[in-house]
Amino acid sequence: MARIHLEQLSHSYRPQPRAEVEADWALRGLDLQWADGGAYALLGPSGCGKSTLLNLISGLLQPTQGRVRFDERDVTALEPGQRNIAQVFQFPVVYDTMSVFDNLAFPLRNRGMAEPDVKARVIEIAEMLDLGASLANRASGLTADGKQKISLGRGLVRSDVAAILFDEPLTVIDPHLKWRLRSKLKELHQRVRRTMIYVTHDQTEALTFAEQVVVMFDGQVVQSGTPVELFERPAHTFVGHFIGSPGMNLLPCEIDAAGVARFAGHAVANASRDLNAARGKKTELGVRPEFVHFAGVGIPVQIERASDVGRFRIVDARHGAQLIKLLVAEGEPVPERQAHLAFDAQRTRVYADGWAVA
Amino acid sequence: MSSKTPNQKAWWLVLPVVLLVAFNAVIPLMAVVNYSVQETFGNNEFFFEGVRWFQQVMQSARFREALQRQILFTAIVLAIQLPLGVAIALAMPRRGIGLSICLVLMAMPLLIPYNVVGAMWNIFALPDIGLMGKGLNELGFSFNYTRQPVAAWITLVAMDVWHWTSLVVLLAYAGLSAIPDAYYQAARIDGASKWAIFRHIQLPKLKHVLLIAVLLRFMDSFMIYTEAVVLTGGGPGNATTLLSIDLVKIALGQFDLGPAAAMSLIYFLIILLSSWLFYTVMTRDEEH
Repeated sequence: MARIHLEQLSHSYRPQPRAEVEADWALRGLDLQWADGGAYALLGPSGCGKSTLLNLISGLLQPTQGRVRFDERDVTALEPGQRNIAQVFQFPVVYDTMSVFDNLAFPLRNRGMAEPDVKARVIEIAEMLDLGASLANRASGLTADGKQKISLGRGLVRSDVAAILFDEPLTVIDPHLKWRLRSKLKELHQRVRRTMIYVTHDQTEALTFAEQVVVMFDGQVVQSGTPVELFERPAHTFVGHFIGSPGMNLLPCEIDAAGVARFAGHAVANASRDLNAARGKKTELGVRPEFVHFAGVGIPVQIERASDVGRFRIVDARHGAQLIKLLVAEGEPVPERQAHLAFDAQRTRVYADGWAVA
Repeated sequence: MSSKTPNQKAWWLVLPVVLLVAFNAVIPLMAVVNYSVQETFGNNEFFFEGVRWFQQVMQSARFREALQRQILFTAIVLAIQLPLGVAIALAMPRRGIGLSICLVLMAMPLLIPYNVVGAMWNIFALPDIGLMGKGLNELGFSFNYTRQPVAAWITLVAMDVWHWTSLVVLLAYAGLSAIPDAYYQAARIDGASKWAIFRHIQLPKLKHVLLIAVLLRFMDSFMIYTEAVVLTGGGPGNATTLLSIDLVKIALGQFDLGPAAAMSLIYFLIILLSSWLFYTVMTRDEEH
């Protein structure tokens, strides 16, 4: 059991990375602290460095710079086998020639545990994972989700494991089983209370699994927060755009003489904060489609299209060259052509050079 | 209403393959079958002999001894080449210039014509001028492969190991590089030792390429002719007279075409049956 602490962690796959060239680095100066027993997700697009980060924590990679600490112990130089970490990979890894039992027993036997203890432990974990009935079977005969449970089991079986890392573990699982395996993970987390870190590019997986989601982009952490925080207060335009379906509307805006953000001549954002500091930077207004409404007065738009997505319709409205999306609940009328839009001021953000300022 | 009427014209499409197989396999084979059941004294006169030649070959001590030598030779080279080939493949670098150098070195023996390999080792092992033969004698070993059966066998096996181990290396290397990294990563996290990684990941994943390697090496070593005949010519005495060398002696030395044809067919059937047996036994697991 341990708190995981990453200090100024940087990693490059090049032999001689140049400090000033961003493209040389897969990960740049990461500082993160994860509490013991939490459920965390690392969310980001392919190539953002999330798998690299995971491999640095498990020790499969050595960081170019920085430190990894479990509690107060510096584990940066330790081998994966000595780190009390388990990892579940994208493609299920099972030892083909072994039975399910032997697969689960493998990490314990490698560490020299006595056979009666191995047996007790394996049976306990197999029950937890609903693998009890297939313990004697060859592992290679199992379905993908069964194999993935074995990978997970090889982590759970070790009582010394401080954290279990998941690297997009549901990639090869059939859609109807994904949901079941995800619920199982959640249930296991409640039961064993080990730290679990889950890497994915799928926001649904991240937001349903984790208590705390770390959003990564281009080798850096752009925001770390609860799912609600990420949804309501994206710290970066990338978060706003990446999370939510459809993502946040990002509209170019001006800061007027009074320090108020204006889009198309309308003062829109909440004016609680002075925005003068943002002047001169590239300023954008961010508002989620959930918080855009039709109104009697406001920003004049042309309605282009309404697509039905079940309980909502997504309406594409256009103001000049700018497309604005809004969600309209089922049964509510959508004007035919011309309309006016209003933004929910409390939930409209202002971004300067990508980062939230209000 | 369907406008299609069934006909058998598609059979014509099989014809090219039938012709090809007929010309390169069936017809030459039938010539051998033809000789194996007849006696000829020249003048194109043939007399039917039934299975007499087969009986004669099966009962002859000479055939039995050649077969025993052949089995011994194949067993020895397989026992050396497979473990050695896998060991070299495991020790090879995984990337970079070192890998390229290793691959070129490994491919080289495979590119040398068989009779050149025989001639090379013939000279290399000569006790008076050959590097290996002279060297061994200088070191105090009495080594003369033209007179000592053991020395002849050692030279023959060494030559085959030198010539063919790299085939096993290349196959095993291809098999090893096909193993996804995740297996090694999982094993590191599970705290597996090098031996456990080999035993539980690499060896099972190499099973299929090793099956191919065993089959190829079995068939090739069982049929070895050129290198052996250039190296020792079957001697000293009959010490290294393997099946194929004996067969050529009977067919072209003594011109006993009937027994030679019968022996060819028995030889062929032994290889066919053994290969089938290997394959069946080694793939049996997966069908269950």
